[in-house]
Amino acid sequence: MKVIVPVKRVPDTAGDKVIDADTKTMDRDAGETVLCPVNEFAIEEAVKLKEATGAEVTVLLIGPDGAQSTIRKALSYGLDGAIQVTDDAISGSDALGTARVIAAALADVEFDVVIFGNQSTDARTSLVPAAVAELLDLPSLTYARFMEIDGDAITVHREHEEGWDVVESTLPAVVSVVEAINEPRYPNFKGIMAAKSKPLDVKSLADLGVDAAAVGAGDAAATMYAFEPRPPKAAGTIVTDDGSGSAADDLADWMEEQKFI
Amino acid sequence: MALSFILTDEQEEFRGLVKRFADEVIAPRADELNAEGVFPVDIVQQMGELGLFAIPFAEADGGMGADLTTLCLAIEEIGRVDQSLGITLEAAVGLGATPIAEYGTDEQKLQWLGDLLTGQRVAGFGLTEPGGGSDVVGATRTTAEVDGDHWVVNGSKVFITNAGTDITSVVTVLARTGEDADGRPELTSIVVPADTPGFSVAPKYRKVGWHASDTREVILDDVRVPLANTLGERGEGFRQFLATLDDGRIAISALAVGLIQGCIDECTRYANEREAFGTPIGSNQAIAFKIADMEVAAHTARLATHEAAWRRDNGLDYKRQACIAKLYSSEAAVSAAREAAQVFGGYGFMTEYRVGRFYQDAKILEIGEGTSEVQRMLIARDLGVGTS
Repeated sequence: MKVIVPVKRVPDTAGDKVIDADTKTMDRDAGETVLCPVNEFAIEEAVKLKEATGAEVTVLLIGPDGAQSTIRKALSYGLDGAIQVTDDAISGSDALGTARVIAAALADVEFDVVIFGNQSTDARTSLVPAAVAELLDLPSLTYARFMEIDGDAITVHREHEEGWDVVESTLPAVVSVVEAINEPRYPNFKGIMAAKSKPLDVKSLADLGVDAAAVGAGDAAATMYAFEPRPPKAAGTIVTDDGSGSAADDLADWMEEQKFI
Repeated sequence: MALSFILTDEQEEFRGLVKRFADEVIAPRADELNAEGVFPVDIVQQMGELGLFAIPFAEADGGMGADLTTLCLAIEEIGRVDQSLGITLEAAVGLGATPIAEYGTDEQKLQWLGDLLTGQRVAGFGLTEPGGGSDVVGATRTTAEVDGDHWVVNGSKVFITNAGTDITSVVTVLARTGEDADGRPELTSIVVPADTPGFSVAPKYRKVGWHASDTREVILDDVRVPLANTLGERGEGFRQFLATLDDGRIAISALAVGLIQGCIDECTRYANEREAFGTPIGSNQAIAFKIADMEVAAHTARLATHEAAWRRDNGLDYKRQACIAKLYSSEAAVSAAREAAQVFGGYGFMTEYRVGRFYQDAKILEIGEGTSEVQRMLIARDLGVGTS
């Protein structure tokens, strides 16, 4: 079985994010960058497949030369190799542009299943996995909190607000996983040392036959008009218990209003 | 072989991994484990999965083929949040597995090394005895006599790390096996499996610090082990343990660096949070300068540690540098812990605060694996002081 895990380099989730005023995109050089933490859940599923079936797992990253440390980080979990698509024209792509590049990279290789994290911690759109599936005309199994592959069949539990749906499909398919799916292991020393010797296939848009005009900021379907820093946190609502028991009702009303219950 | 203070990408990545593991897995449980004096088998085995116990060993033996410098990075990062697990790692690698890897036969390695390098088991090194400390040769009273194809070992050992855990596999014991031609004791290292009849450990010591590490008195009462358990040549024990301790000094130095760094991390956070008389206490030079001094100590101690480890990893003479690193780092750690406790005021006297715990843990660093006095003696002797 061949598994592809698309991964992303994101600003350190513990740090402040900076948006460049001119390009209205994230300033990716402003602070430390890390492997997107949500990717770790996708990698864990892939490692489990590798352990169970001997699957060959390749990571796919769209990003500049500096992102190779993110690739090595992903490979340190014991994965087999990496594909990097790098091209100046990709800069500024929105979710659809990103999906076009990923879909083109996937169309260029063999695979049985693609496992995404359901969202990245910087953009948090959750759009890319479904868009990639659509572009490749493959089954889209998103928000998986459980996945199981048996021969040519794949079953996932698709999480939603009220529980989950059991969704079945055939391979090849595109899956995105949520954090409830597993508890990612740590890499180990051996994996870190082995990461540098794993094959890395670097491709440009031309290699993939993608028209540079179809990606990047110029052709984005979404337009950023303005942005503002998050306003300071507003004071919370305090429910006072005066001993009459009305506080429980007030609390319940508030929770209903907020759609918690 | 030019000296560089820049770690490789892999070493940085590895340091980051151990730091994350220490912060996420060890730190949240450190207070409870130390308060209850529990040796956490589950964490030790997880450290094994990370590869920590296999770092400096040859790949042919199941090791990672890395070096002492890399081991020091791991010890520092673990020691930064918990000194007990730092010493557990240091002793398991340096005292438990290293003698077997260095001097063991292929058969001995096959028998014991695998589990030690994966962290599934730990081993101890039985050197110190009740009647002695630094003067190992004269103080060794434990005997081993040949009886057919077995050794019969009798005696006791004190302060033996990792000797009495649920996962202790063996303790390598230094025993008197006769006298050489000049009448000096002949010392031999013998591997004693912990499940051998006659091998027992006393209840846990009531230590000042290192509460979550396992330290025991080992009692050897007519313990019969095969002659095949002899480690290296008969009579080589003294030379073996000297070499073992040289590396151990560097590793203890790394543990001390971790303690100082932990004090800096905690004090920096606290000095910015805690307000007194209307301002954060860190805005007072009395507090800020203490933390600046800790940083000077951590930086200096780390440089001394890395340089000693680098010399060792590159085949240069490193005995004096190991003594210097161990002496400086351990004394600096005691000072840093004392000042860190002062920064925290009353909370610094509470063991549930890391700096309070580190105040307890620091003292042993000036004693274990060669006291400060022994380090000074060796440095002076190496300079030729008092020899004429």
